Amino acid sequence: MPINYYLFLSLALFTIGMVGVLTRRNAIIIFMCIELMLNAVNLLLVAFSKMHHLKNLALNASVGTDGQLFVFFIMVVAAAEVSVGLAIIVMMYRNIHSVDIQFLNRLKH
Amino acid sequence: MFSFPNIAYFIPLLPLLGFLVNGLGRKHLSKGAIAWIGSGVLALAFAASLVVFLNLPSGGPTLLNAFDFIRIGELRIPFAFQLDALSSLFLLIITGIGFLIHVYSSAYMHEESAEHYGRYFAYLNLFIFSMLLLVMGANYVIMFIGWEGVGLCSYLLIGYWFRKPAYTQAANKAFVMNRVGDLAFLIAIFWLIARTGSVNFVDLPAALSSLSSSDITWITMLLFVGATGKSAQIPLYTWLPDAMAGPTPVSALIHAATMVTAGIYMIARSNLLYTAAPLTLNVIAVIGIATALLAASIAIRQNDIKKVLAYSTVSQLGFMFLAIGAGAYGAAVFHVMTHAFFKALLFLGSGSVIHAMSGEQDIRRMGGLKKVLPITYFTFLIGCIAIAGIPPFSGFFSKDAILLSAFLKSPILYGVALFTALLTAFYMFRMFFLTFGGTFRGTDEQKHHLHESPLAMTLPLMVLAVLSVIGGWVGIPELFLHGGERLIEFLSPVIPVVEGHAISHSTEYLLMGLSTGLVLSVIFFAWTRYRQYRSEESSAPFARLLENKWYVDELYQTAIVQPLHRFGGWLRSFFEPKIVDGLIQGVGRSIRYISQQIRLLQSGQTGNYALWMVISIVVILSIQFFVRK
Repeated sequence: MPINYYLFLSLALFTIGMVGVLTRRNAIIIFMCIELMLNAVNLLLVAFSKMHHLKNLALNASVGTDGQLFVFFIMVVAAAEVSVGLAIIVMMYRNIHSVDIQFLNRLKH
Repeated sequence: MFSFPNIAYFIPLLPLLGFLVNGLGRKHLSKGAIAWIGSGVLALAFAASLVVFLNLPSGGPTLLNAFDFIRIGELRIPFAFQLDALSSLFLLIITGIGFLIHVYSSAYMHEESAEHYGRYFAYLNLFIFSMLLLVMGANYVIMFIGWEGVGLCSYLLIGYWFRKPAYTQAANKAFVMNRVGDLAFLIAIFWLIARTGSVNFVDLPAALSSLSSSDITWITMLLFVGATGKSAQIPLYTWLPDAMAGPTPVSALIHAATMVTAGIYMIARSNLLYTAAPLTLNVIAVIGIATALLAASIAIRQNDIKKVLAYSTVSQLGFMFLAIGAGAYGAAVFHVMTHAFFKALLFLGSGSVIHAMSGEQDIRRMGGLKKVLPITYFTFLIGCIAIAGIPPFSGFFSKDAILLSAFLKSPILYGVALFTALLTAFYMFRMFFLTFGGTFRGTDEQKHHLHESPLAMTLPLMVLAVLSVIGGWVGIPELFLHGGERLIEFLSPVIPVVEGHAISHSTEYLLMGLSTGLVLSVIFFAWTRYRQYRSEESSAPFARLLENKWYVDELYQTAIVQPLHRFGGWLRSFFEPKIVDGLIQGVGRSIRYISQQIRLLQSGQTGNYALWMVISIVVILSIQFFVRK
């Protein structure tokens, strides 16, 4: 499969995530959008790394594996981030009975 | 340490020590202690000066290098003292007469409170210190330090009674006028450094060859402008009569031993440069004789005893500059010396009179003081005869030397100078007869208080009177005494003697006889006119012109001071609030406006920040991608 397909899919996912972060007010949705952006990047990394691996297979068997390794790291970090982020959102809900981030601008005053 | 030449370090250090002790301890020391310290350091400095004078090697100067004052690249200005005939002579005059004036002051200022008494003596000591620095410095920069110090001390002492606004104004006037001259002096120093890279006096002969003649003319002119400020010549002379606001001994100090002689000293010190600048010499001669004549004419109609003496000082300084202009530096220095004797005597004498008259200074309200103030009367008479120039008193010899040099330069100069000398004799004896002759014209209360001054005041008068008589004998012309003109010969290592008086003995006798005869007849005329007091109120325009000092002060007031005041007022009322403040407040206001606009970016909405972040990233990436290929 040509790399272009992966690229466009990844770009579409990233844009959806970005627009979601910028426009939505619900903290959980924003959170999901961030995950979406992370996954778009993951997809891209895996796609490129696979492409390189196939191209240089004859040369060296380990070429193009580091991109896939990155993905594991990103997934681990994302998982950790999810646990912290969800905890924050829970605390936020307990305090203000809402998950709308527009209510969180009180420091300004 | 106590031998030549190192003892010379003590000469300026002792007055500095006196200044520090009296200045810092003025609240703790008694008046007696202050007077003893103030005068004592001067006595020791005089002794040290005597040692220097007596041990002075003939020939070249002795240099004392203390340390490098300034060292920038090639330029090296040492903090050095130069001991030679000229500086040692001035050291003797300054410390000797300074000492007498200190002793006199201890009695004259006795009514001051101890604190102010200490302040007074501290200033006096600092004054002497600055003057010593001025004459001992081995280069123009050290001289300039003393020069500025003298200006500062004159300001402090003229404004000593600072509670009277008129006195502080006089002090300001003296300081500001001196600054005008100082600026020229400073430019001359810079010019010299730029052209020759050295300001040492010993390097002057070598520097002379590397300077172009226009350089020399400019430098000498600028130095001369500096001298007109300090030595009160046209156009910067008006501060000196106003300087009478200070205590009388201070006037004596300024007029006789220190300050006003600085200009003469500086030019005599740079005589090599001046000899190479004939144009400057001509200017100096003209300015000198014009100042002498102008001041003498003003003095005729003054009624304040100190004002008469002040104008006579300006006039005598004019004579000295005339001598310099005629190339007779030695005669000028000679006149500085004799003038120091008799002018100190006259000022201290007038102080004694003012003391007796309980502060009265108007000679129209004096008279008949001969009987009550015998010592003052007698010494004052000697001073008047000396300044009038009657042989064998000191003034005759120095004035005769100046007249002779003027005659050799040009007969016109001689004529004007002789006329001025006659005016001098006239106004001095007018003052003398009005003060001491006739009958007492003051109030009964003043008459009741009349008394001769204490010994601390009369003793300096007597010493100075003796000096005024014999002081001129060091310069008796060759004509009378073989091997005469000792002073000129003594000064010859510094001031080369110009050979060949192109004048016959008979002419010289004639000139002397002429001046002496005329002076005597003028004194007789003054005697007939002022033996008995009569009112001098006159509405003749010329008399009024003289009474108002040729309206020079008014001229300066309208031509310089008032425009400056108006300019200052304009700056204050328009430039400062509108332009300066407007500029500064405009900067402040625009920054506040911009901040107010930028503040809105910080909305507190996370989404906003994220949006800005995205926009910025897109912008940066597109720049990266499209622009910076």
